[in-house]
Parts: sequence; C-alpha cells; structure tokens
Amino acid sequence: MNLTLKVWRQKNDKSTGQFVTIQANNIADDMSFLEMLDIVNDDLTRKGEDPIYFDHDCREGICGMCSLVINGRPHGPNQGTTTCQLHMRSFHDGQTIVIEPWRAAAFPVLKDLAVDRTAFDRIQQAGGYVNVNTGGVPDANAIPIPKRIADEAFESATCIGCGACVAACKNASAMLFVSAKVSQFALLPQGQTERYERAQAMVDQMDAEGFGNCTNTGACEAECPVGIKLTNIARLNREYLTAKIFRQEDVHA
Amino acid sequence: MSSKSKPLFSSSLGKKLIMSLTGLFLCSFLVIHLIGNLQLFKNDEGYAFNNYAYFMTHFAPIKVVSYLLYASIIIHAVYALILTTKNKAARPIGYNQSAGNENSKWNSRNMGILGTIILVFLATHMQNFWYQYKFGTTPYIEYNTEVATGNRQTISSDELPATYDGVKIFENNGVETVQTKDLYKQVAYTFQNPFIVLLYVVAMAALAFHLIHGFQSAFQTIGFNHRRYIGFVKSVGIWVFGVIIPIAFAAMPLYFFFKGL
Repeated sequence: MNLTLKVWRQKNDKSTGQFVTIQANNIADDMSFLEMLDIVNDDLTRKGEDPIYFDHDCREGICGMCSLVINGRPHGPNQGTTTCQLHMRSFHDGQTIVIEPWRAAAFPVLKDLAVDRTAFDRIQQAGGYVNVNTGGVPDANAIPIPKRIADEAFESATCIGCGACVAACKNASAMLFVSAKVSQFALLPQGQTERYERAQAMVDQMDAEGFGNCTNTGACEAECPVGIKLTNIARLNREYLTAKIFRQEDVHA
Repeated sequence: MSSKSKPLFSSSLGKKLIMSLTGLFLCSFLVIHLIGNLQLFKNDEGYAFNNYAYFMTHFAPIKVVSYLLYASIIIHAVYALILTTKNKAARPIGYNQSAGNENSKWNSRNMGILGTIILVFLATHMQNFWYQYKFGTTPYIEYNTEVATGNRQTISSDELPATYDGVKIFENNGVETVQTKDLYKQVAYTFQNPFIVLLYVVAMAALAFHLIHGFQSAFQTIGFNHRRYIGFVKSVGIWVFGVIIPIAFAAMPLYFFFKGL
C-alpha cells in the first residue's frame, strides 16, 4: 500500500520544528510501523536526505523505547500495544498518517520524533528502588507474600516507562508512571522500610520535572501499552497523603 | 532517598486534595439546598419556603457554615486556576491530531469550562436571590393562621405599612402571625424572565456533567477506591449528583415560568 506521512521534523532541541509530508510507497500489510519507517528512511538516505529520527530498541514491546503519537493516539490506534507491535494492516491504502513526538515540557524533543525521557529516570532515582544490604543469597520464599499481592505488585511492575501516559494525558501528567513505580514497592514486604519516604520523594521529583496534574480523565489507562490501571493512581494518592498527614518521615529532621 | 520532602500543599497532590475536599463539601451543600428548596413546590403562597428562608438566614450555626461555603467556592475556583495554569505549562506545544473521545470522556477533559459556566451561574444566582433578600427590594408578607383550623390568610406587601421592617413570629388569640420577607414571590417574579430560566437550565446541565466526573474523581484523588464501595460511589455520582439533583433544581425555574404564563 501507499501512504502519505505527515511527520514532525525538528533539527535539534534548540530549533523549532514543522510537519513535513513524506510519501511511503510499497508498504506491506505485515510490516510493523517501525519497519515502515525503516523503509521510508532507506528511501530518504538513498536520496541523500536526513532520515527520520525515532526511538526504538527491542521491537518486541518490552523495552519501552519506541514512542510516537500516531493520528493522535500514543502507540497508534490499537489497544495494549507499543508502536513496534503495531502493524500496517491497521491502516489502509492511501491513508494520511500524522506522526508526532510525545508532547510535554518534561519531555523535550531531541530530534524529529525522539524525546528526552530522562525525567522518568530522575523520578526513579529519587525513590524507585529498595536499599539492600548485600550479603548471602537469601532463601527462596523466606519472606511469605500472598499470591494476590504478588500478582498485583507484578501488574504494577510491568510498566515499561515508555511515557505514553504522559503523551495521552491532556495535562501531560506522569501520575500513572509514578503510581506504578510506587505501587510495586508499596505492596511488597521488601518495600516497607522506605515506603512513605519513597512516595514523597518520587512525587516531589515528579512535580520538579514540570509534569501536569492528574485530573482523572483515564486517558493514560486507555493508552497504556501494558495495561497499568488507574487503581495505581488511587494507591499513590493514598500512599502520599498517608505519608504527609499521618507518618511524615522528616519530622525529626 | 531524601528525607526532606516539600510541604503538602506545595505539591500537586496536596493541591488536588484541596480541590477534592472543597468539591465534596460543595456536593454536600447541594443536597441540603435541594431538600430545602423543594418547599417551593408547596402550594401554600410560600409559607413553608419563607419560614425556611428566615431560619437559614438567622440561625447562627448556619451562618458559619454559609461562610465556609463561600470560602469553598472561591478556593475551589482559585485552585482550579492554579492547577490549570500548571497543566497548560506542562504541554507548551500541542498535538496536531488529538484522540478526542477515543481515550477519555468529554466532560472529564472540560471540567474548567463546565466550572466556569457554574461560576457565572452562581454570580447571577447570588444577585437574584441572596443580594435581593439581604439588601434588595424583596417584598414583605404576613401570614395569619388559625392554629385550631389551619385556615390561613395572607396580607401582601402593598397592604402593609410603608415603614414595615419587622420579621416576627407570634401567637395571639389562637392565631399565629408570621411576618417575613417574601422570597417566594421574589423567586416567582425572577423566573418570569425566560433568559434567566434558560441560564439556570443550562447551568444545571453543566453541573450534571461536572459532577458525573467530579464526584468520583474526588474519591480517586483522596485515594478512596475500595473495591467493595467504589461501585456505590460511582453510581451516587452519576444518578444522585448527575441526574436527580440537577433535574430537580432545573425543574424549579421551569415550574415558576410555566405557572406564570
């Protein structure tokens, strides 16, 4: 099939970008969206033009590197998939596809469709970990965890940190990401020691990065490629407000 | 992990907590306001409603709550503005294409527009009744009720002395006399204006959509999403605050408009 792409082209993080119309010809149904862009880039390279710059890595939906807002939908029109898992059979011959980068003040565009998502890394570094004193390897099942708790924590831990929640949110809020990262530790025994410090530190960092506020529209949940639920956001609110109102950690500081 | 964290109300979640709590307080007010105002539908020349209006404006604890209410409205609006400003700044360059209704409901994305309509309505509503009752030209009325039989005679303002300023309730020879401002007549008079009726009905539609999202959103913001009760909270938000209350309020201007035709 032949497609018309309207792609955001931007030289670097200093310049202002604009949409450029590019033809994608002889695209097969079973190509992934990223393979389609590879074909387009081959053409551009042969013509001596600058290829479209976009993020990608594993191409099997687990690394969280690919992004792209395709016709207004982060990761494209399908539910529960990343852009690399989106196939061209979801489009039809002659269609115009608008491809934009994630739009958020906290995710500045680096070049074309790639954005700087290190804001997420800094939120993680603020508290998305457990301090462990290294020593002997502990026995398996030394700490009993009920199956349903383990499952719930696992669901939260499936967040791949792609940033589709921020891209989908009308306020560019990072609440779904932060709530998933706080939840996976808040649910498990290993996370209890730093539980309330973590919620406060990660929310502080989230605010400092310039993400918007959550208005509970649910767009993040609808667009999340791995199905992180809004219940995580309620849990983050609970963790944070409990920490602030009932157990603030820094009262003795 | 840093052990020094920012104060609660400087964080996004703290500001959202304020929105949530003031919003829920305003919701609780709506219930009381509706129950009281249902007396407008009584066919008693405003006896019950005017007595209720007198009580609500002269009972000290109600006064305290009413000032809390005015404060809540202002805080809710001011924080909405603060949060919205931050939200706009969080996405300086918008999308060329937007998903629209494919990933979220229209009302959840436009709470600010709905809230602004409600705020304009509130200003009009306060001018129409609160200001007129307190400082305006609301007429007086006197009810003389025979306690034994319940027969009631009313004397309206044009028959009362010009210097009349008393609001009294007393009993004499088995006749209960109530002299009060006739807010009921003020209501009936105001709702003869079709533009005011239209504004009230539109505002109630905006209120419905605002609360269908807002009521359950307030519970999400305070972290309340217990699986056993959240279904109940969501249905209360939709049916009580999104359907019953706005329709009952909208019925009041329509009732007086069509009654006066």
